[in-house]
Amino acid sequence: MKLGFSPEEELFRAECADWLNAQMAGEFRDIKGISTLTEKAERRKEWEQHLGAHGWGCIGWPKEWGGRGATLAEQVIFAEEYARAGVPGRVNHIGIELAGPTILTFGTEDQKKRFLPDIAAGNTIFCQGFSEPGAGSDLASVRTKGRLENGSWVVNGQKIWTSLAHISDWIFVVTRTEEGSKGPKGLTFLMMPIDQPGIEIRPIKQINGDAEFNETFFTDATCPEDSLIGAVGDGWRIAMGLLAFERGVSTLGQQMAFRNELDAIILDAKANGAASDSLVRQRLAKAEIGLRLMRYGALRMLSNTDHSKVDGAALTYKIQWATWRRNLGELAMDVLGQAGEVTDNADYEWTMLPNLFLYSRADTIYGGTNQIQRNLIAERGLGMPREPRGDV
Amino acid sequence: MEFVFTEEQAMIGETARAFFAESATSEHTRKAMAGDGIDRALWRSFCGELGLGGVALPETYGGAGLGMVEFALVAEAAGAQIAAIPLAGSIAMAAHAIAAGGSESQKAEILPRLISGDVIGACAGTQMLTVDANTISGQVDFVAHGAAADLFVLGDTEGAWIVRRDAPGVTVTALTTMDQTRPFARVTLDRATAEPLPKGQQALQTARECGWVCLAAEALGGAQAALDKTVAYARERIQFGRPIGSFQAYKHRLADMVIEIEQARSAVFWAACAVDEGSDEAALALHAAKSFCADTFFMCASNMIQLHGGIGFTWEHDAHLYFKRARSIQTMLGNGNYHREQVAKMILGEAA
Ligand SMILES: Cc1cc2nc3c(=O)[nH]c(=O)nc-3n(C[C@H](O)[C@H](O)[C@H](O)COP(=O)(O)OP(=O)(O)OC[C@H]3O[C@@H](n4cnc5c(N)ncnc54)[C@H](O)[C@@H]3O)c2cc1C
Repeated sequence: MKLGFSPEEELFRAECADWLNAQMAGEFRDIKGISTLTEKAERRKEWEQHLGAHGWGCIGWPKEWGGRGATLAEQVIFAEEYARAGVPGRVNHIGIELAGPTILTFGTEDQKKRFLPDIAAGNTIFCQGFSEPGAGSDLASVRTKGRLENGSWVVNGQKIWTSLAHISDWIFVVTRTEEGSKGPKGLTFLMMPIDQPGIEIRPIKQINGDAEFNETFFTDATCPEDSLIGAVGDGWRIAMGLLAFERGVSTLGQQMAFRNELDAIILDAKANGAASDSLVRQRLAKAEIGLRLMRYGALRMLSNTDHSKVDGAALTYKIQWATWRRNLGELAMDVLGQAGEVTDNADYEWTMLPNLFLYSRADTIYGGTNQIQRNLIAERGLGMPREPRGDV
Repeated sequence: MEFVFTEEQAMIGETARAFFAESATSEHTRKAMAGDGIDRALWRSFCGELGLGGVALPETYGGAGLGMVEFALVAEAAGAQIAAIPLAGSIAMAAHAIAAGGSESQKAEILPRLISGDVIGACAGTQMLTVDANTISGQVDFVAHGAAADLFVLGDTEGAWIVRRDAPGVTVTALTTMDQTRPFARVTLDRATAEPLPKGQQALQTARECGWVCLAAEALGGAQAALDKTVAYARERIQFGRPIGSFQAYKHRLADMVIEIEQARSAVFWAACAVDEGSDEAALALHAAKSFCADTFFMCASNMIQLHGGIGFTWEHDAHLYFKRARSIQTMLGNGNYHREQVAKMILGEAA
């Protein structure tokens, strides 16, 4: 058992850091430090392409698909240095972390050729069309319909909470393709180009004033027959496989961003005297400890090669970080006091910490709410009886 | 990335788990609770047959020469059964203190006997002892397993000393203690003969660090056992025509235990590994592990009682053994607030 990385890996870390810092000091200095997902979206698409052009788009993918065949440790290191350098989050994170791995695992050769190099190059931005007004935690209740007609899929229905749909090129959607089917049966996983008359996107304003997510309406929207991943009726299996990719290597990079947030709170607490309050000190220490344990939990999960049994560290990771970060937002506000409740921006835009307070309410909702996580931990991890299904 | 157990480490953990599960039964533990809190037969076979008493002590003195990771695996297994053994006092603290700060002859004389289990040690720090020639005077409260100890390693801010139980001027008073598997004693010294450890502060620092790892690991084992036992009960107990484990309020409490336990596991092995590697994260990791694991254990042990209903409140059921051990670990060697305050000092840049 070892804590750190090998000397070769540390060399790779230096290489990543050098390159990223140089970019953030040079051509892309205007996007350094942006902390929301929507700000300067066009420039950040250019950044995706810049990453791709220099071979940093999707380093963990095989070389033939535009990656570098990087090891797991190298991917972790890149993600850490990426965040440490103050580079804003990837606007194509759904493409590189969800769509790409799904195509890599379940797609045909032709689909791999068609999509993977373009995702790695930053030319194809993806968004995720799972949730619907009637299907949130209960994803298997989706109603958006798909049918095959004259060699194309025709899709009708509505998705909601579609993050970044307004800047995306493609959307993957879970559709009900078997008339009259219920639950996880009869679903098909389709990839659709967004720029077509049958797809309409309306932004939804969020509690922080930003509009990262959208309603997405499908009215006889189409895509070619071979746009499905897996087989007809295989959509549930593909969707579940995709969700498993969500706990990937990006977690340690995400923690670097958390580190920046906690450091900012510590600085503020020292500057405004909050750091002399013993309760605040206890909470800062708890936050620090929680962050460190998150790191070693992630390292345990990524170092684990025995996938024959349920990995407790992996199973609890989502609720752990989400709850930690939501608490961090509350701590930030307690440290800032009323100064945190005003902004000098007339458009209701917030600086990092008040925005953290508002945004982190979503962390315990998307990607499986805290309640759903607890169900999963009790059912999959401990073998407790599953929640009964109603028939309303 | 190799933050996983080596094959050898996994095997030590497996061996220790099997040993304690079989030998440290509730029946034996309860016999020890009625006495001085040590299950002698268990301690003898742990040190003798199993040979794990000196898992992290030097081979020259009869130890296995391994590290804190291996020690933590053993302590975790002992904690899972609330084994009534002096692992913390005699090994983690007394033996490791002597190994770190004792003279060659102290080490050669005492360590092999602590490791073999022939001698039981106890260790405690106090505010102020009065030193006069080669004697010390003063009172040390809350010495874990003190009434069973043959020798003490006692220290204050000035130094650390070995005091034999049978030396003139040593009075040991057993205290009726809530956790009967690790009862306290008061040690009163009236010009008792004391042998100074040449590197007293180093000895005490090492005793504290190994003690923190030991308690954190015991707490992890205890927390996991509290969960496992509750999960088993959740399956078998029927109310309202269904297993109680099918109620969501119940399931979610179990899930919350898992979430804390997984973090506690990361904490223990982060701290143990950081000590073994001499990492500059070690101090932070130790404070984190001690405070986090103790709180996790208490949370799990109190849930264990609540989720068992009335049976969990009985003397007959083992839930109270876990609950009392958890409470004891929370306070021993610095409570959670103390450890978090040390972390706060570090992150606010106030550390001395
Ligand atoms: C910022 C943000 C971005 C998002 N981005 C996307 C995206 O890009 N693509 C996409 O498809 N979706 C996205 N989502 C949607 C997200 O996945 C859903 O919001 C989430 O799955 C919860 O569904 P819901 O909102 O319908 O809430 P509901 O499922 O209606 O839940 C409401 C409440 O009931 C609780 N609840 C529900 N079922 C149970 C149960 N069985 N046991 C106990 N409690 C239960 C929930 O925990 C919650 O507290 C996003 C959401 C947010 C907030």
